[in-house]
Amino acid sequence: MSFINYSAREINFKVVYYGPGLCGKTTNLEWIYKVSKPEAKGKMVSLATETERTLFFDFLPLDLGEIRGFKTRFHLYTVPGQVFYDASRKLILRGVDGVCFVADSQDARMDANLESLENLRHNLEEQGFNLDELPYVVQYNKRDMPEVLPVAELSPALNPTQVPEFEAVAIDGTGVFETLKGLARQVIQKQRGS
Amino acid sequence: MLNPQLALYDEELTEIREVADRLHQDSRARTILIVDKNGQLIAASGVDAELDTTSLSSLVAGNVAATGGIAKLIEEEEFTGQYHEGKEISVHMTIVARRIILVVLFDKNTTQGLVRLRVKKANEALTTIFDTLAAKPKGAQEDVFKEITDEDIDNLFGP
Repeated sequence: MSFINYSAREINFKVVYYGPGLCGKTTNLEWIYKVSKPEAKGKMVSLATETERTLFFDFLPLDLGEIRGFKTRFHLYTVPGQVFYDASRKLILRGVDGVCFVADSQDARMDANLESLENLRHNLEEQGFNLDELPYVVQYNKRDMPEVLPVAELSPALNPTQVPEFEAVAIDGTGVFETLKGLARQVIQKQRGS
Repeated sequence: MLNPQLALYDEELTEIREVADRLHQDSRARTILIVDKNGQLIAASGVDAELDTTSLSSLVAGNVAATGGIAKLIEEEEFTGQYHEGKEISVHMTIVARRIILVVLFDKNTTQGLVRLRVKKANEALTTIFDTLAAKPKGAQEDVFKEITDEDIDNLFGP
């Protein structure tokens, strides 16, 4: 959960990018890293396999600036998407303040999206969280690919509770910051208690 | 188990820093980090400019979480300590009050025995501080967040 340091006037939040394998979670973080000002970002840490698949997590600390005199820091994490890394995914969800579900818009990945979403809900419950009460956004990624499903079809299946949703092409940055902003807004609103 | 929000004020932070500084001196270690289990750095002592404490804190927390996962699988309650031996620098990690990780980076200026001995003392002091903190009622200072407006949030991302 968030960590408030009244002495240093800092507040830290942890948000997690979740989704099926190869949906673009790491690509989201890489884009944020690429375009953020040097003074706003820390090092991006990726614990990946030799074939650049996420093994444990990616981590990017990001300074969003000041709010009422408090430095607002977000720690962005991704989980490994591959099904058999479930034990690691559970660990990364610990102490989470907000979640972004990154869906792969391609028709062929619909089952993988649904499985991952179910897995997210289940793993959050194991950590004592209810997805419906947590700051949460959905991103439909890879909108530039052929054979993508229309959002009108993805949304009822992947976002039945109608949380804020965003279309994205993470590899060229489209929708990446809109998604992060949508999530950060909810996380801070929850801190405010509204 | 759900971790409640961690809020630290000047008073506790000063006490925590004093424990870190004392441990740094008494153990002759290079660096002391006090990190929460979610990977946020709370306090440090003996940090030089090149050390990326943010990444280190996140990786330490990941490491402790993974080891905790192993403990759960083999039905062990928790591994309270970890030690990684390097050629030049070694790392000693201890879980304090179930939610804090005390990290000591040390070199040949000291010994693992001395580090362990001093960590034990620091652990007791930190446990008292964090137990007191956990029992403390939430202060009025937290109201500052109630005043945040939607405009404040929008301003974070610039125009």
